[in-house]
Amino acid sequence: MSNAPQTVSDAQLLELIDLVKKIHGFDLSDYSRASLKRRLARIMMLRRFVFYELKHALINEPRFFQWFLEEITVNVTEMFRDPSFYKALNTQVIPYLSSFQHIRIWSAGCSSGEEVYSLSILLNEAYISKKSFIYGTDINTEMLDEARKGMYSIRKLKNYVENYQLSGLPGSLLDHFTIMGDNTSIHDDLKKNTLFSVHNLISDNVFNEFQLISCRNVFIYFEAALQEKILSLFYNSLCPLGFLCLGSKETIRFPGFKNKFKVINSKENIYQKIGDQ
Amino acid sequence: MAISKKTIERWHRSDIILLGGSAGSFKLLLRMIKSFLPGMDKTIVIIIHRQKNFHSDMVKLFAENSKVTVREICDKDPIKKNMIYIAPPNYHTLIEKEKHFSLDVSDSVWYSKPSIDVTFESALDVYADQCTAILLSGANKDGAEGLLKLRESGALTIVQHPNDAEMPEMPQAAIAINAAEYILTTEELLELLCSP
Repeated sequence: MSNAPQTVSDAQLLELIDLVKKIHGFDLSDYSRASLKRRLARIMMLRRFVFYELKHALINEPRFFQWFLEEITVNVTEMFRDPSFYKALNTQVIPYLSSFQHIRIWSAGCSSGEEVYSLSILLNEAYISKKSFIYGTDINTEMLDEARKGMYSIRKLKNYVENYQLSGLPGSLLDHFTIMGDNTSIHDDLKKNTLFSVHNLISDNVFNEFQLISCRNVFIYFEAALQEKILSLFYNSLCPLGFLCLGSKETIRFPGFKNKFKVINSKENIYQKIGDQ
Repeated sequence: MAISKKTIERWHRSDIILLGGSAGSFKLLLRMIKSFLPGMDKTIVIIIHRQKNFHSDMVKLFAENSKVTVREICDKDPIKKNMIYIAPPNYHTLIEKEKHFSLDVSDSVWYSKPSIDVTFESALDVYADQCTAILLSGANKDGAEGLLKLRESGALTIVQHPNDAEMPEMPQAAIAINAAEYILTTEELLELLCSP
């Protein structure tokens, strides 16, 4: 037990990555190291562990690993995060998407569902929700349970109201929610065409063909080699001329992909699949 | 406080200069930026608290006033010398061992994202005594803890004199925990930056 803030050395980090791989078959070696260190320090703080206690729990407590994995991933998200992204989506992508017969969207790394419901609202405002379906996936089952509920505290929602307004959509974000005391619930018609399920971007494969994939602020936790691998998964999951949205600070750097995607919006990192047809 | 020759030497030895600021630091940062020269052989990283949806012209303004290339950081950008990097709003900026940046959207620290503490702490293992960190005006305590850890690992740590800071709380917080090796007036700071 320790109350002092813990830090993790490089050697300890390597030891832990090795241990998790050997015992649980989960490969953390291509995660961004600096961020991983912060998450481990946080886990140790939450459990008041020193380093050897953390190792002990990983080796001896079977149920600890699931919790560990959930805490390793960052689950901070917002509705309409980066309003300028939604604005670009609305003006540059939605008109094109509307021409597809069916619109399947994949929100990869969806956490507690805020992005899925933001997209659902956007499709609804464009009158194309009837032919659309949004899949939200994450490795964190607890977060997926949260996402399925579609309930957010009023305090949280208040922070999203400004985002919504800046995104240029009509009315207010609150128009899409029912308020019940301190809690709010997203309208049922916005939940109807959504499905949340477990998917691991590192080890799982293509599971459907999509017209749009949004994976924003997930790549930041991965090193370049892993980013490239997942980019390939996304490429193979997109229909011809399908769209890929990355976070505004995540760019496609790999020469092999430069001619497979056309840049639709360089500031918001929206791409369209081309080539290799 | 006169700046000793040894301090100036350490300044020149630093590969990376971390500048942290919040409310009231903009004008001084602009003056500092003007004094950096293309041949400085250093990396400058600026962490300034910013509103998340407010796409200010700050980066543009810095760039227009700089003789060195100014860039808002993107994930996995390599850390190059003779560049001024600005931490983007609504992310924490981390420094990786392989000398590149990575970004992080985890919870705010001291109500701030980017947090100065987060960047300072991530620089520890990578740069240690090859680093100078300077904490400027601000209205909260972000940066103090990180500055202390940097000082303990041999970095040159400096805070702006609270009397000179528009918002003295941030420098004061660092001074209170003995994180600052030097407390410099605005003029002394600029003198150090321009020292031959």
